[in-house]
Amino acid sequence: MRSHSPIPAPIADLPWRMLLLVTFITSFGLLVLYSAAGAHLMPWALPQGVRFVVFLGLAIAISRVPIQRIKAFAFPVYGGVLLLLLLVEVLGFVGKGAQRWLSLGFMNLQPSELMKPVIILAIARFYDLLPVAELRRFNALWPAAAMIGIPAALILIQPDLGTAVMVVAGGITVMFLAGLPLRLFAGGAAFVAVAGPIAFSFLHEYQRQRVLIFMNPEADPSGAGYHIRQSQIAIGSGGLFGKGFLNGTQSHLQYLPENHTDFIFATMAEEWGLLGGVLIIAAYALVIKWGIGVALEAKDRFSRLTAAGLTTTIFFYVAINLMMVMGLAPVVGIPLPLVSYGGSAMLTVMLCLGALMAIERNARKR
Amino acid sequence: MKRRRPRPPVTEHSQAFSFTRRAIVLGAGQGVVAAALGARMAWISIAENERYKLLSESNRVQMRLIPPRRGWIVDRYGQPIAINRSDFRVDLIPDRLKEPERVLAELIQLLELPPDEVDRIREGLAGAAGYQPVPVAENLPFEKYAAITVRLAELPGVSPLRAFSRFYPEGPAVAHLVGYVGSPSKEDYQAENKNPLLITPGFKVGKDELEKTMEQRLRGRPGAQRIEVTAHGKLVRELSTLPDRTGGVLPLTIDIGLHTYAARRLGDQSGSIVVLDCQNGDVLAMASMPAYDPNSFSDGISHKEWDMMAEDERHPMINKVLQGLYPSGSTIKPLMSLAFLEKGISPKATVTCTGAYRVGNAIFHCDKHHGTLAMHEAIEKSCDIYFYHTSLQAGPEVISSMAHRMGFGEKFDIPVPTQRFGTVPDPEWMVRKYKRKWEMYDTINMSIGQGNVLVNPLQLAVMAARIGSGKALVPRILRGQPGGEPPPLPVTPEHLAFVRDAMKDVVNRAGTALIARLPVDGVLLAGKTGTAQVRRITMAERNSGGVRKNESLAWKMRDHSLFVGFAPYDKPRYACAVIVEHGGWGATVAAPMCRDTLTYLFDKAKAMAALTALEEQWGGTLAERMKRRADAWRPSATPPQPAETPRPAAITQNPRQPPTKVT
Repeated sequence: MRSHSPIPAPIADLPWRMLLLVTFITSFGLLVLYSAAGAHLMPWALPQGVRFVVFLGLAIAISRVPIQRIKAFAFPVYGGVLLLLLLVEVLGFVGKGAQRWLSLGFMNLQPSELMKPVIILAIARFYDLLPVAELRRFNALWPAAAMIGIPAALILIQPDLGTAVMVVAGGITVMFLAGLPLRLFAGGAAFVAVAGPIAFSFLHEYQRQRVLIFMNPEADPSGAGYHIRQSQIAIGSGGLFGKGFLNGTQSHLQYLPENHTDFIFATMAEEWGLLGGVLIIAAYALVIKWGIGVALEAKDRFSRLTAAGLTTTIFFYVAINLMMVMGLAPVVGIPLPLVSYGGSAMLTVMLCLGALMAIERNARKR
Repeated sequence: MKRRRPRPPVTEHSQAFSFTRRAIVLGAGQGVVAAALGARMAWISIAENERYKLLSESNRVQMRLIPPRRGWIVDRYGQPIAINRSDFRVDLIPDRLKEPERVLAELIQLLELPPDEVDRIREGLAGAAGYQPVPVAENLPFEKYAAITVRLAELPGVSPLRAFSRFYPEGPAVAHLVGYVGSPSKEDYQAENKNPLLITPGFKVGKDELEKTMEQRLRGRPGAQRIEVTAHGKLVRELSTLPDRTGGVLPLTIDIGLHTYAARRLGDQSGSIVVLDCQNGDVLAMASMPAYDPNSFSDGISHKEWDMMAEDERHPMINKVLQGLYPSGSTIKPLMSLAFLEKGISPKATVTCTGAYRVGNAIFHCDKHHGTLAMHEAIEKSCDIYFYHTSLQAGPEVISSMAHRMGFGEKFDIPVPTQRFGTVPDPEWMVRKYKRKWEMYDTINMSIGQGNVLVNPLQLAVMAARIGSGKALVPRILRGQPGGEPPPLPVTPEHLAFVRDAMKDVVNRAGTALIARLPVDGVLLAGKTGTAQVRRITMAERNSGGVRKNESLAWKMRDHSLFVGFAPYDKPRYACAVIVEHGGWGATVAAPMCRDTLTYLFDKAKAMAALTALEEQWGGTLAERMKRRADAWRPSATPPQPAETPRPAAITQNPRQPPTKVT
């Protein structure tokens, strides 16, 4: 059938629906960046657009990589990123201060960001290798727990609570999907409920502050609760249809902090209202639905786990960011992928999508 | 025994099935989260929309007070004494100031602030309360103002503003008349229940004299401005404006031309000139010099300037017209004569002056040997011996009563913060104050206006006006006050006519003040000189070659020079009093000043010609000389002291010692 189409097969084979959704989300983001810069393409919208085109090309290139090769590289890549994390730690210790990135000259590489998709690959690969009969043994649990725990701990002491939480959540999601007994997860949840308050006392002062403010943002509106409060004011004052493109006062008068990065959703909602917000959420939901669909259609264990895990990684990005700007989660510094200005999150998400497309192609081929 | 339930074996197939089930659960969970996020957003933006809209508006829109323009102060002809000038100014808002040192350093560089101004700003910052603005600079040229506004983003806490500042066209000449304005102090702010207007940048309150006492009338009503601001307080645009309402105009009885003339005529002397309207008590001029420049005071004054003022022995900070107290000296003699006449002493009774007068074992002196003279000639020649002798006959009671009737010791209803009204002694007062009996030498001292007699210059002018007009008029400085014809003075009109005639001869026949004769045809000045001694002359000094000349003494030790008068003699319209501190003889210093000042009222050109000639001698106009003095002061640096230095205590020009009495 396809061979009769005038469009060459490699292009026609691409999941166009998903790519259009992603392009739509990014374009909407570019509009918001344009507005946030006071109706200017610089300094945000133009670089972001260029970056998207480059990363889109990268994702399509990855989609051509055979799944066997991705599988083979899972552990070496995991080891490499873990080393980078250690390196950051050492350099940070030498440089006396928190450091999250390595300067490569042309860009700042944030290894913790790379760890988000890589942990999925590594855990998926681990359960791929594990004989099915072993699944209920202790041997099925501890190596995965260690593989998640070590990088998570390294990221937590950077300190970067948000990323650490995402790495752990991504890893646990794959463990869950791999078929570990449900009681483990129920027990784990109970353990977190008990240990959470104890862990809270080990958090950094600013992290603890953020959690407390999340509990009661009105307590100190001009102080530390300022971010959450201004963000809610921006969203709330937008109403159903928003104040109109380029008319947001919260963002343009600089009441809203980080209006082009972590809090870009509030900037968007102020000008586009509930309508714009629902459109974005729906677009993400469709992308994620596509990802879950890829996972369900995948033929082998590694592909299944990887596809579901990577989809969940994208979900965590979006969900945590939106919960943060809407006052449902503490301010943890997770951007809204594709929309927030910045390359790291966009790169991560495009890597995920590239891998998902590779899995989808592989499933279709067989 | 417990039987373990057999577990179903985990197979590849069951594992794939479990994966599908779990993946669907996971996807569903994600869908639920997405729905919850949508719901949450709908809740915020629909249900709570009103509330957040309001919060967003209150973020964006600020109300800003516009300081009202102060009411003008004008003279009796509507000529301006205090007006407002549009200017560019820069203030610091301490609460918004994050890095005072860096910001201050930038301001110093941008505005080229001199070091003593910087000290003043630092002290202002140390003493300011929260949002109370500290003025940095006023009357800025537009370029400097613009240089600040373009850098505003890097200068948090700096507030550049277009506002109105007070301007006194006559400068120092009106300093003691109207006072000055300045930024409200912490105390002002507390006293007005934290009125937000008082911490509005550019707003000034009256700090002294009329500006202070008439504050509420002059202030006006502030306007308001709704402005859109960024989170950093930067103005984006104005939304709507309610204009301010200018304060009420304050018309004075002053003739600003005459007043300024009097101030200039005082030259570098320390003294005061008061001119009253003899018909209704209007104060036409009340100059006190030297004085500070109210224009530079209103900008905020540096320590150096303050120290220069406070340390000046000529007291430029004090309004001598109402706060300077002096022995009246011989200017009391017309009044004394009225008391003698009332007591029934014949104006023809004679006394022989030999230059000295003995009471008990004390000797009182006169400056000349006048020979035998009666009352008229005694006034004309200002013979002390006549008054020593006759006052003993009249007794202190009638003298004291007459002094009170002429306005000595009286506090007038004039809106000034401080008014010192001096002393008219009598036997009862002596007991009350010094716990001793009234002695004969007290009467003798009083008869020539020494001893315990202390008056201010306004009282002297009132005396001259009352003798001249025969009316019990009271001075007034605000126009439009209910006046009406003043009641007649409770003194026999024939007695007044006699004294007026003698006073005319002081100036116009063979008296002590021929120099004061008016250069105007048909207008005769009647007057009386006075020389008030401020030191004790010892017998030793008299024996060793006579009393020292004033010129040989330190300035502080010289006599005060006084003159009172009214003109025209036959139909008095204006009364004048002049006191020159440590000026020497009344006839030589004070009398010509009175002459020129009154000449101004009859023949302006002649008066101005006389003044111009004098100012050339002194080395320039008032403004030029003040600038030179300030420049001379500047290099000599003194360590800074607290900004709100209390005013120096008012000077007392009371030597508190009997004059020529030698025991």
